[in-house]
Amino acid sequence: MEVVMSFVIGGMYAAAIYMMLRRSIVKLVIGLVLLSNAANLLIFTMAGMLPGAPPLIPPGATMPEGLSADPLAQAVVLTAIVIGFGVLAFAVVLIHRAYEVVKADDMDQMKDTDR
Amino acid sequence: MNMSVALPVIIPLLAGALSVMFWRSHFAQRALGVLGTGAMLAATVWLLLETWEHGHIVMEMGSWPAPFGIVLVSDMLAAIMVVLSGIIGFATAVYSLSGIGKMSEKFGYYPLLHLLLAGVNGAFLTGDIFNLYVWFEVMLVASFALLILGGERAQMEGAIKYVTLNLLSSMIFLTAIGLTYGLTGTLNMADIGDKLSTVEDTGLITVIAMLYLVAFGVKAAAFPFFFWLPASYHTPKVAVSALFAGLLTKVGVYALFRVFTLIFNQDVDYTHEILLWVAAATMLTGVLGAAAHYEFRRILSFHIISQIGYMIMGLALFTPLALVGGVFYIMHHIIVKANLFLISGITFVMKGTHELKHMGGIYRTNPMLGVLFLIPALSLAGLPPLSGFFAKFIIIRAGIEAEAYWVVAVALVVGLLTLYSMIKIWAEVFWKAQPEGVEDELRDVSSGPMIWMWVPVIMLALMTVAIGLYGEPIYQMAAMSAEQLLDPSQYIEAVLGEARQ
Repeated sequence: MEVVMSFVIGGMYAAAIYMMLRRSIVKLVIGLVLLSNAANLLIFTMAGMLPGAPPLIPPGATMPEGLSADPLAQAVVLTAIVIGFGVLAFAVVLIHRAYEVVKADDMDQMKDTDR
Repeated sequence: MNMSVALPVIIPLLAGALSVMFWRSHFAQRALGVLGTGAMLAATVWLLLETWEHGHIVMEMGSWPAPFGIVLVSDMLAAIMVVLSGIIGFATAVYSLSGIGKMSEKFGYYPLLHLLLAGVNGAFLTGDIFNLYVWFEVMLVASFALLILGGERAQMEGAIKYVTLNLLSSMIFLTAIGLTYGLTGTLNMADIGDKLSTVEDTGLITVIAMLYLVAFGVKAAAFPFFFWLPASYHTPKVAVSALFAGLLTKVGVYALFRVFTLIFNQDVDYTHEILLWVAAATMLTGVLGAAAHYEFRRILSFHIISQIGYMIMGLALFTPLALVGGVFYIMHHIIVKANLFLISGITFVMKGTHELKHMGGIYRTNPMLGVLFLIPALSLAGLPPLSGFFAKFIIIRAGIEAEAYWVVAVALVVGLLTLYSMIKIWAEVFWKAQPEGVEDELRDVSSGPMIWMWVPVIMLALMTVAIGLYGEPIYQMAAMSAEQLLDPSQYIEAVLGEARQ
């Protein structure tokens, strides 16, 4: 399972970088979305994938029995998703506003607006 | 439990929340701005004194013992950094009383200012690598919003570049965190450092180290990742520029200092050699960019980059004296650079432009401002007896002792070119006569509501002189931080303590 995930994550990173290298600003933001999701999946996979083994401690014991999934990585991913969502929401509003002001969805038009 | 390490984060968060509650009252927001940052400055000074006494101060959040919970750790480097953030925060808040304008206040300038400071302080004090990412994002979101306050054309373009490259670096940072966690199974920085010090095969560790180098290199605006900085720092309000110039890139530098002393100290010959090349290239490209420009804030922006090179050089040489120099340089640079940006704001009010070609004659009308400019400008170029001289002196001395002569040569040439840029600004803005054909909209800035712009400028200039004349205590603090950085077992011991046995 981890091997499949590695290929999926690698593909997502590649697609994200490709999108970010395009001239269109909308595609730039799509690239950012892909990149943030790829990073989240990477953390998720790095912690190891164990289906059907919730990290629950049985009554009376101090440790879970046998192998269990890693709750910390999932908490980290959850936090990263929330942060990524907030930041991307900002980015979407920003490109909309930039489109209104500069009137172009093209990076090449954004070279010298400050002259 | 020692509260001193949490206060520099709690106070700005609280002040920010309160100023959101007083959204409509500009007076209350201004008062909270000055009082909140003032209280934060006091708290950070207290933390510095406590750290000076005890060495390390550790606080476990929610009483979860390390390495399972999140810890706040203050060692000497972190304590010095939060004091600097307190100074710059306070200076900016005072400056904003007359420098920021009604529109920015209406769109939430003060709450964002507090949030940014909370993010910066949190990043300095946290002892958990993922928590560092979270504070980075807090800081970034606040800086995004501050950057586009006003919504002019140029700001939009600057913001898109700034947002994209910073998000990209955040994602690289997150990737590096994921790989670190996969390798060590912990997020606590002390624990990671402890676990990695026993690993035999350093190949994978070096790969991860390079990911951190790229992630923090973007934040610190090091070569070749600096392009977002000169594209964006000249676009927002001057007070915002000064705050960014003083603090944001230095958070990246601080993170580099932290991970490349505490965590990645296995293969120093390889990783720190790369850092040294990065440092030299950063110094050179920054100063050459500055020499080519004729816009006040663009010149200063490029100088931030070149100065970052000196700090990284201190880290890269990795000797006790070099680290002292690096930390000393950070202290000197933050104060001087923020001050130069604040002065560019005063000249903007006088002349209505940042273009050097359209300015002139300020020394004739306002000699006081000329002197106030010369103090930080000459300090930046490294003239004795100002703070920059000692900062450069320590670093170059360390370079000679480490026999890295080529990087010393680069540092000296860059110092000379810095002087050239500063003299260029001095000659164009202050010394030459007002150019003909350009309307002189000289406005009086030495009285009335503009008076608050002068207070922080004078305060920071005095600090520059004081660091130069009474450098000894500052040097002692830097020396203590360097000693702690070179011996990460102290940090690990302070955080993990008994948990390690």
